[in-house]
Order: sequence, then C-alpha cells, then structure tokens
Amino acid sequence: MVPGFRSLDCRIAWMKLPCRVCRVGRKTPTLEDQKFAIFAFCRKILSLVDTSGEINLYHLVIVTPTLDLTNLRRLAQARRRCATKILELYKRANAGHIGSSLSCLEILVDLCFGRMEKEDVLVLSKGHAAAALYTTLSLSDRLPEKELSTFYQDGTVLAAHPPCSGAIRAIPFGTGSLGHGLGLACGIAFSCRFTGKSFKVFAVLSDGDCNEGSTWEAALFASQQKLSALTVVIDLNGVQGIGYTKNILNLEPIVDKWTSFGFAVAVAEDGNDFHSLSRAHNAVKNSAAPRCIIARTVKGHGISYMENTVEWHYLPMKDEHYAQALSELADAGLD
Amino acid sequence: MRKEFSSWIENFGRNESRFIFLTGDLGFAALENVQAALQERFVNMGVCEQNMISVAAGLAQQGLMPLCYSIAPFAVFRPYEQIRVDLALHEMNVKIVGNGGGYGYGIMGATHHAIEDIAVLSALPHFSCFIPLCNSDVAGACAALFRHVGPCYLRLGFGVWPADAGELEEFKPIRKLTGSRLARPKATIVGLGPVLLNVLPWILERAETDVFAVSQMPLVDLSDELVASLRASGLLWVIEEHRVRGGLGEHLAARMAQQGVPFRLHHTYAVGYPDGLYGSQSYHQSRSGLDPVSLQETFQRLSC
Repeated sequence: MVPGFRSLDCRIAWMKLPCRVCRVGRKTPTLEDQKFAIFAFCRKILSLVDTSGEINLYHLVIVTPTLDLTNLRRLAQARRRCATKILELYKRANAGHIGSSLSCLEILVDLCFGRMEKEDVLVLSKGHAAAALYTTLSLSDRLPEKELSTFYQDGTVLAAHPPCSGAIRAIPFGTGSLGHGLGLACGIAFSCRFTGKSFKVFAVLSDGDCNEGSTWEAALFASQQKLSALTVVIDLNGVQGIGYTKNILNLEPIVDKWTSFGFAVAVAEDGNDFHSLSRAHNAVKNSAAPRCIIARTVKGHGISYMENTVEWHYLPMKDEHYAQALSELADAGLD
Repeated sequence: MRKEFSSWIENFGRNESRFIFLTGDLGFAALENVQAALQERFVNMGVCEQNMISVAAGLAQQGLMPLCYSIAPFAVFRPYEQIRVDLALHEMNVKIVGNGGGYGYGIMGATHHAIEDIAVLSALPHFSCFIPLCNSDVAGACAALFRHVGPCYLRLGFGVWPADAGELEEFKPIRKLTGSRLARPKATIVGLGPVLLNVLPWILERAETDVFAVSQMPLVDLSDELVASLRASGLLWVIEEHRVRGGLGEHLAARMAQQGVPFRLHHTYAVGYPDGLYGSQSYHQSRSGLDPVSLQETFQRLSC
C-alpha cells in the first residue's frame, strides 16, 4: 500500500474482477470517474487514464487483483464437493464436530487447492475438524480417496482426530489435544534453518487453541526466531466446546494480541470467503515476520440451523438434518 | 554428571550436524562449552518446556536430531502431554535430558525433585529411560541414548564409583556390579541410579549378596544372571530414589513373577515428604532409608 492512499474494496462491474482500489487525489472520486476509466495493468500497478487518453491528475489508482474469477470458481466448486463429502462422512459415522469442520473448510480449501505448493506443510491444530482435513487432502490428491470411506470405523487410519502414526504423509502430526499444533509447526519451520530446505508451513488454529498457554509459548518462539516460513491461520468462529468464546475466555482484541507477539497480522473479515482469505494472505505475504491470518468465520458455515450455534460442535445429524443440509448446499451451488 | 554430559555432548555435536541442542533456559555454568561448539545449533527456548518438546518434535520430523535439556522435573512433568503425544505416539527421535533426578536438587525443595519421572515416562509407548549409575557411566549412557532411535530420557544425578570396587563394566541395561562369595547369596540387590552406590562399600566388604544395577527402564530383557541370582537367594531387595508406584521395584517384581521365580520383595524407595520438611539430598535419602547407614541397618535386619 502506498502511504497516504485511501483504499476501498470493490468489484469493478465491467471487469468482473474483485479488486482493491487505492486512490489519492484532491476530490472524492465518484462513480462517474470510474465509469470512464480505462485500466492498464502493469503487474500490480496501473494508471488511471480517462477516455481522452490523458492522465487524470486527480487520481492515481492502484488496483490489486486479489483473485481471479476462474480461481474463485474453482475454489467454490472444491468447497462444495468437500462440504458434501464431509456431511456424508459425518452422517455415515453418526458423529459430531460438523460445525467445526464447516467453519474451517474454506481455510483448508484455500490452502490445499491453491496456496500450498508441493513441499509446503499443513498442521491442523484443531484436530477435531479432522473430517474437513481428510476431505480436502483427499480431493486435492494428497490422501487416497478409498481411505475416506473408512472414516470413524473400527480399524481405520482416519479416526475422529488425525492419526499419530505418520501413515499419511500430508499429515505430519496427529492432533486433537489443543495447543500442540503451533509448536509443532514452529519446529518444522525452524528446521529449514539447519537443513537449508525452503518451504512454507501453515498452522490452522481454533478459538480453543488460543486458550492454551502452549500456543502462546510457540507464538513467542516464532517471533523470536523470525520464522518467516510460518503462517498461522486462526479459524476464529467465536464458539468453543460448550459456549461462546467471548463468555469463556475472551480473545479480543485478538489482532492486538498477535501483533504484540510479533506477528504480521491480517484479518479476513469473512473467513468463509475465498476473496477475503486471499486478500488477508496477500496483505502479509512478503513479511519477514511470521504471519497470522485472523479468519473471522462462522461455525457450521453454510448450513443454516448449524450456523453460530454451540450445540453443533458435538451433535450428529438426524436424517432430516442431513436432508436439509444437502438441500442448502445444492441451493448454494445454484446461486 | 552434568560435566561429563556436557563434555560428551560437545564432542558429539561437533561431529553430528543434524544435532540440535535445546535448553529450557537452564544450564548455567554447565553448558557454555556446548553452546560455543554448536553455535546456532544451541537454542535457548526460554522457560517454555511445552513448546520446547513440540518444536523438537517438528525438528525431528524433518530428520534432525534434537535434544531437550532442563532440570528433571521441568523436563518431564510440565510438558508431559507434549512428550506423550508429540514424541511417544509419533515415535519421534527426540532426547530429553533431565538433570538432578531423584532428590538431586535437595534443598531447592519439592518442585525441583523428580521422584516420579521413571514411572510416568516408562508408561509411554516407544519410550526408554537411561539412568547412569555414576559420573563415569555418563559417556556410555549418552552413547546408548543416541543408539536408541526414538524418544528417550536421560536422568542425570551424581555419584562416584568407588576406587576399590574394581573397573565398572561398560553401560548396559542391567549389570552385575558384585557377586556373593556364598553359594547362596543372602539377597539379590537391584538398584536404579547412583543411590545404589550407597550400599556398595560394605556390600563389597562382606561379599554376601549379588548386586545389580538397572540402567534402562522399562526393563528390556532380564539377564539370566539376575534371574539365577534371585532363584538362589529368594530375596529381592530393590533400592531406588523414586516413588514406590511405577518405579523399578514394581516393574522388576512383575517381571520376576512372570518368570515364575519365587521371591520375597523388600523395597526401599523415595517416600516423598512425609512430614513436610525439606533438606539436602542426603537428608531426603535419610528420611527414605536410602542413606548408607539406613541401608546397612536394613540389610542386617533382612539377612538375619
């Protein structure tokens, strides 16, 4: 961001492209100004030129394309396939933690279907969202699909929480007890200093993870050691095991907390939206400090009766719940 | 043993580039040589034992060889869940070194003692504890620690091998230290760590018992010599600076029972703080009957 620029997020209708538009000028821009604008991309920067071909001296506009529509559509499709599979897995298993999985699904899809490269590492600290992890790994070809059908069954590798056996390469550590993931991710990121390898490490944490003292020990360490390979994504849905976070151990002001611990922090105000997630990642991607994305999400996202409820942390679906959930997913897909 | 440990580690670390030394902000006047030798591979993690273990697990997952150092209670009890989950369940090749096992930190008080460490660590899958007998045993224990691929623990203390006791056999899980001159020994004494040295002077003099040192827990294989000794003596006397539950006594008694060896068990162990009073390591040993005088009295009573 150029100092002194004001910014607004908008979708420029004729470009059909979600953009961040930064302006500087002596008058407040109007829609009329944009109407006659021609945008010429030069990597991230373009000049605003009016239809006569003269440079508009009142405005300099920087447009940062944050996500192209093709990619958005691809992520949305992946998200819908994953959500359908997650619901199927939980229904067949008659198991809970559905709300937790749906809460972080877009975070995981964003990582597994785009952001992560082959050598990058993902640690799901909120292991109770294992179904979301298994599904995104499977549909992004990191876990054999046939394994998914064994979810929650006797003799499975894929229990309700990720396995500790190391049987699945894409799952470096089994988790399920909160507060472990960030320290483990720190260790993996720290190893690059000694091995000379170069890859990114992503740790996905929950509200509950941020209750644990060990998480804050790890945050201190990540900052002290300037673990620039590390990105923490906090699936901040505001709901914990048996209540709302603000009534249990209020984490706010959470941005200040992570910032004061030395992280480069960006907020995805809608953490269930790929555009919002992408903007947040991009805002801090060049940071030399470890990064923290605060993703403000909705527990049970996408299923109306589950959204932002405490009980759908644990409840399994009855037949009518399942039918409605599938119907809502289908409706969303048509939108 | 700390001096011997740091000397061995310094040499090992110089020659093993995968080795990373992590400390929980402890080791004053003991680890400076290690720090100088390893440079950036010596990392002060701060007083964050939980994170130290998790970070070590992450390093090991990437093929490095981390060691976590603190005083024994802080190294074991504070991060126990990290040890269980991140190390043991994942079979991560991480070494934990706890200085001052047992009552080693004496007057520092109960928070600084580790008299339940073997019990809780021995219960974990894929986990081994190495307990050197004396200062000169540390190098062998360190070598065993690094031969063991997987999570393990080194319990350091302090003990000097008596000059008149002959040469100490090299480090092994179970070693016979001295044998009885009698065809039927009066007792089979088995001990864990340096506290066993408290019986040696007069045992050597009388030569009426067999004495064995156990230096690896959980027990791997019982030595034939140990089983034969107990069959002959019928009296198993276990001595350990550790609580009764989950220590050597219970482990060994169960194993001998499984072998079908008939025996009577006498167990001398750390009793904790029965009257809420604190003192030196010798004081606590005395309160537990683990000091040389108490042990001699016990032996006389047992062998009558």
